[in-house]
Amino acid sequence: MFSSSGFFIHRCCALIARKKSLCEITFATTIIYPQKRSIITIAAEKMEEASSSVSALPASMQEYLIHFAQVHETFRKPELESLAALFNIEYKLLQYSEKSPFARIALRSNTDAKLLISRSILGKAIYELWGSGHTYPEIHADVKKRTSDLWHLYKTCSFRFSFECYNGNRTEPKKKELIEGFSYVGFDGPIRMKNAQETFTIMEDFEATSIQETDRLAALNLEEKTAVPSCNPTHLDEPHQLYLGRLIGKSSRAVVEIYDLKKRNYIGTTSMDAELSLVTANMAHAAPGKLAYDPFVGTGSFAVACAHFGAVTFGSDIDGRMIRGTKAGKSLRSNFDQYKIVDRYGDMFVSDLTNSPLGRFGGGNGDRSDRIFDAIICDPPYGVREGLKVLGSRDPNRPKAPTIIDGIAQHTLRDYVPPKRPYSFEKMLNDIMNFASIHLVTGGRLCIWLPTADEDTHEFTIPTHSNLKLESVCVQSFNKWARRLLTYTRTSMEHVEEHNGIATIGNTAADEVDSVEEKQNRTANDLNIFRRKYFEGFKTPPSSGDSGGL
Amino acid sequence: MKLLTANFLSCAVKACKSSPLSFPLHFKDAELASKSVPYNPILLSNLLPRLDWPALVTSSSELGFTLPQQKPEITPFTPTSSEDGDAVMSGAGEEDEKTLRMLHKVLMETEVVEGKMVCGSCGFEYGIHQTVANFLLPSHLV
Repeated sequence: MFSSSGFFIHRCCALIARKKSLCEITFATTIIYPQKRSIITIAAEKMEEASSSVSALPASMQEYLIHFAQVHETFRKPELESLAALFNIEYKLLQYSEKSPFARIALRSNTDAKLLISRSILGKAIYELWGSGHTYPEIHADVKKRTSDLWHLYKTCSFRFSFECYNGNRTEPKKKELIEGFSYVGFDGPIRMKNAQETFTIMEDFEATSIQETDRLAALNLEEKTAVPSCNPTHLDEPHQLYLGRLIGKSSRAVVEIYDLKKRNYIGTTSMDAELSLVTANMAHAAPGKLAYDPFVGTGSFAVACAHFGAVTFGSDIDGRMIRGTKAGKSLRSNFDQYKIVDRYGDMFVSDLTNSPLGRFGGGNGDRSDRIFDAIICDPPYGVREGLKVLGSRDPNRPKAPTIIDGIAQHTLRDYVPPKRPYSFEKMLNDIMNFASIHLVTGGRLCIWLPTADEDTHEFTIPTHSNLKLESVCVQSFNKWARRLLTYTRTSMEHVEEHNGIATIGNTAADEVDSVEEKQNRTANDLNIFRRKYFEGFKTPPSSGDSGGL
Repeated sequence: MKLLTANFLSCAVKACKSSPLSFPLHFKDAELASKSVPYNPILLSNLLPRLDWPALVTSSSELGFTLPQQKPEITPFTPTSSEDGDAVMSGAGEEDEKTLRMLHKVLMETEVVEGKMVCGSCGFEYGIHQTVANFLLPSHLV
């Protein structure tokens, strides 16, 4: 695989993301600035605006409420869609906004609701909606209207009431008072704060919605949490939206703690934080009985995340030291031992995507099909510090013969380090897309993380492939740059036949990059626009040579 | 390196991809280890259609395992919605179970810790060290 040791920028974002997921603290204000929104984001927001009013409940469906974490907002809906597709659950989002942690959704049954939330990382819990309103008189009226025929079902069971406030807070006596307000439901069972049979949650959303909508949205963009109530001019003293829900199921969000990088036995500078690794595994449909592969496995962040959800995972890296680890007991594999998922450790090996051993003679169809994996996930090296490398010599005129010193062919020595040459990010992307097309089963998923410079000055082109259908684009913004998680599904066989031939299944435009020119002594900067922009501080406008494609 | 993975790999040298001798790679000087891991019938029944059986028979025999010449027929596994999440084979006969147990041992529990994998076409030897195989090529083969 491509060289992936020590990419400062990559490490930065891993650290930032990690810190963020840990405590969702406000220091993010110092690094996240208002972003010019890309076309995709704007389009997404338009769609969102359209759905921000409550849609009608389809027949034979019930209304539920999902409580999301207010982080990584652009990932929340795609994760939900992905899980619904994985479990084959029919749903309709009735109300969703990236500004609020509460979303209304229509589902067929409690079973579906429980299943849908069970694997979610960005969702916290799902509730049967008992009522909603802008004020307490409104919600009480709604609860009575919707559920008075259900109250007798919970008359004797143990129960508890809990409180969730977003962007606001209540004192304990006030909470108690508000809970008492629901006493008309007439539950006589014992109140248990732990292990209650039923949990009813009052949810309050304090976030104001109307004032200077566009400006505020731009300013807050991804970091709602930075808007501390006291210094938010649009913050209200009273919640503008209230819900009462009966808890149906909790998510897998608690798992994020277990896989926390701080507690992980073996990590590297490029390890992806637990939260986003697990979200990626959800996007990739990692599940029991499936095979997942990470061609830039590094220290195995995605591998453990996919294994957590039951998939057997394989990985490779151009740097074997990353896989083996440096000292005894600290290796990629030791993480599988730590999390007790060693039965889902497939194999790790050292290789380079441009000269991959994966695939077999006669591959393409039948028993010898090369379509082995259900999921391919990767966070390719951005090549900031060292530049991207693949196998081969920088010198195209170097004789094609083994290097022999003292009668020993050097490559046969155990500590032999093969020469590597610079490689372009665009070409690598193209290689990944082609590789996924060849090796994914129909319906299999490709998840790929891409760094992009600020859309202000640099156009972002989503890579395409005739055999891969784009499912979603999620954006994580940093100061002056962002990274995106792109998810694709491998389409059915038919597209392959159009292209006839194994080596050329569904080519992308970048295949036509002049390889002779590329093999010559071009520098890492020439070959990697993102790297160049990084060192230029993302300041310069695009030169005529830039055609996007980052 | 597991036999499972070996079934997906051929020689990394591009010129060898057109030779039937490049697949499977042949084990040499293999030092084996066996580690007991939980039996996973869902995985095995998903894996079976993706295996190249003749190649698996060849690789297995190089490591001292004898597999039937014909790929076993297993009723496709349909996940049952068992509440405890335990993997249960629905409708799997005793014969199927026996075959799957044997495959589990060969594919999932056996590993080459040290040794080599050799291409039958070009003769290049890929080293396996601490279970991790190295497929990097010297520049004259790229």
